[in-house]
Amino acid sequence: MKVLMLGWELPPNNSGGLGVACLQLSRALADAGADIEFVLPYYQEESYDFMRVHSSSPKTLSEFSNFGVYESYRYYAEDGSAIDVDALDQQLGYAKMVGGLVEQLDFDIIHAHDWLTFRAALLARERSNKPLVLHIHSIERDRAGGRNGNPLVREIEATSMLLADHIIAVSERTKQSIVDDYKIPADKIEVVYNSIDTSLFEPIDSDNAYKYLTDLKKDGWKVVSSIGRLTVQKGLWHLLNAAALVIEKQPKTVFLFVGDGEQRNELIEIASAKGIAKNVIFAGFQRGKNWRDAYGIADLFVMPSVSEPFGLTPFEAAAYDVPVLISKQSGIAEVFTNCLKVDFWDELEMANQIINVTSSNGLSQDLRHNAKQEYQKLSWSRSADQIMNRYLAFKVKVAA
Amino acid sequence: MSKAIVLYLHAHQPFRLRHYNIFDAANHHNYFDTDHEQDYNNREILRKVAHKSYTPTNELLIDLLDKHPDFKLNLSITGLLIEQLENWAPEVLESFKRLVATGKVEIAAETYYHSLAFFYDRAEFERQVKMHEQKIQDIFGVTPKVFRNTELAYNNELANWAEQAGYDGILAEGWDPVLSWRSPNFMYRPVGTSHIKLLLKNYKMSDDIAFRFGNQDWKEWPLTSDKFSHWLNETTDAEIFNLFMDYETFGEHQWEDKGIFQFLENLPAQWLANQGNSFATFSEAIDKYESKDFIDMPNTVTWADTERDLTAWLGNNMQQEAIRELYALGDKILASQDLKLIDDWRRLQTSDHFYYMCTKWFNDGDVHAYFSPYSSPYDAFINYMNVYHDIVWRTDKVRA
Repeated sequence: MKVLMLGWELPPNNSGGLGVACLQLSRALADAGADIEFVLPYYQEESYDFMRVHSSSPKTLSEFSNFGVYESYRYYAEDGSAIDVDALDQQLGYAKMVGGLVEQLDFDIIHAHDWLTFRAALLARERSNKPLVLHIHSIERDRAGGRNGNPLVREIEATSMLLADHIIAVSERTKQSIVDDYKIPADKIEVVYNSIDTSLFEPIDSDNAYKYLTDLKKDGWKVVSSIGRLTVQKGLWHLLNAAALVIEKQPKTVFLFVGDGEQRNELIEIASAKGIAKNVIFAGFQRGKNWRDAYGIADLFVMPSVSEPFGLTPFEAAAYDVPVLISKQSGIAEVFTNCLKVDFWDELEMANQIINVTSSNGLSQDLRHNAKQEYQKLSWSRSADQIMNRYLAFKVKVAA
Repeated sequence: MSKAIVLYLHAHQPFRLRHYNIFDAANHHNYFDTDHEQDYNNREILRKVAHKSYTPTNELLIDLLDKHPDFKLNLSITGLLIEQLENWAPEVLESFKRLVATGKVEIAAETYYHSLAFFYDRAEFERQVKMHEQKIQDIFGVTPKVFRNTELAYNNELANWAEQAGYDGILAEGWDPVLSWRSPNFMYRPVGTSHIKLLLKNYKMSDDIAFRFGNQDWKEWPLTSDKFSHWLNETTDAEIFNLFMDYETFGEHQWEDKGIFQFLENLPAQWLANQGNSFATFSEAIDKYESKDFIDMPNTVTWADTERDLTAWLGNNMQQEAIRELYALGDKILASQDLKLIDDWRRLQTSDHFYYMCTKWFNDGDVHAYFSPYSSPYDAFINYMNVYHDIVWRTDKVRA
């Protein structure tokens, strides 16, 4: 089974969970017998022994400097500064490259991840006449925090999903929003859940990067971490409101936000306005050890997303032995049971749960222990088998 | 050869906690009553169970006792259920009184609060047994002679306590690993005692009615009283059949439309049709049948789960922390002489609260495998601990 896979990012040059999901899924598919040609929009040094990576541009990511996958028309550099770029040009460049590759490469199926690759995917389908599977990790409404978002992006998503032969959604919630937003028939959409491959995780060492927080903890403080882009979608505004309630009850609680985004300044202002600025740390976008140690220092991990198609970070937190609190409005809530769940808007309940985890060893221990048992049963191979079966069904159909 | 059915029904309802968050703590102390949330509304649950189970079952039992002079049974009813009936369904309490007034329905002793106090606070346990005895005396005008501990949690120590306390008999699970070659269908004596007798639940026969009755996948479905009597008649090496189950089996766990009332209605006539067959109260059976052997149960055995131990209530860190902290308050609470505070503290000892925190089944993702007002065991713990915090606050307040 030969697969032309179109993606926008891969680790280590990823801005979030999409790259992680693409890499881990590709590896599981390769293990299941897929021969993958993966096309990236930028050049990277890293190569993999389980698939071939092609670049649509000779430029590296740092040469682009303002590349991002999540925002539809505005990109953020790692320092948080926003640059408006012409996403259309990038997509056209990517499509042109893919169009050329179609002539050179041999493949049975096209598998494309999220809207930025969809123009290229449609072109590849037209030129090769091979079946097209779209993998939806998020739709424009998710990224726009529940609003309509960019009409041009919506147009690309709508057209591509109508023309695609099959659609994979990362959760039931995402499937439903595709049906609602784009009127795609439900029987064309299949849910394939993300998973986590902890063998790829670097261990956390004893020397935590957040020295200040380490000392606070020695003094009886508790650390609540949230890792993700600072955007409306992530619901951090609600977490800050909950934080104010928590701190009133338990002044020795500090909230660590790792990530950047267009809401950063607004969140800082809210923290100050609520008089809790000294209890809220904005650490910015982090990779590697600093990123890992944000889990390592945490007594609780919170993902308060307003709308989260899946959300991989809670699995990462569980893998790093941290209790997890997530919003019910996330796809991962459909498959992850040994965690706390709250409606993103219910700030009082969120605060209630945070206070209880940080004040009870029993609850914290049981959440960590049971989550570990739970995610050890998860594996990408089940998701990969599901997708391979879909590929094979198309191959049979095309042959007939 | 004469054989007797010792039918024993256990009736209990806890005072479920309302939704109570950490911000309620130190603000209001109403833990049990709410008009809003159906799941936690004790009055509504009691009325529902009364309608489905207590009322029709009592009517039927009164008819049967009237129609068959030799039909007898045994009952236990917790102090908490009596209180709820007094408040919200006095007519149902009257029907229980009519049952007992026939002189053919014996009531067993237990803790007033359906607690596990025996394992944590012996003096408190004895106070709760006394309270229950007093309540039964006040309502029914009888004094129990046979003891059953909460969840049928039994060990040698309990049997010795019960003998010292003057009981003629005690109940336990007829668990194979303990009985080895022995049959539960005879009278026994606890090891280390001189006269108290031990009645062991025949769990296979009991669970045929209590658990499997309505299961259409069961090979014996549908179970009729004819078939059931036939099984008992065929069991030759037996003197007593101890059929112990929740009272709510009738109409609540097994629904009316599955034929559970019909089964009960026909059972006395079917069973009594054979010469030598009878029904017996605990005391009659104890008088009539000699003990065949000593039974040694150094470790606690209960009537729950495949493990038959206390892990459903005390198996995880949350449960252990909650119950340990609760009992640690005992001396201070009692010293307060605040009757409302003491009653609230005791209501928190009810075993159901700890059962709701059980994660044994939750790990398998089988959230609905047990009856709980909470969507997760973690939510159950958080709610419970918030109430606990308020109890602590009140205790310190009273003493200050």
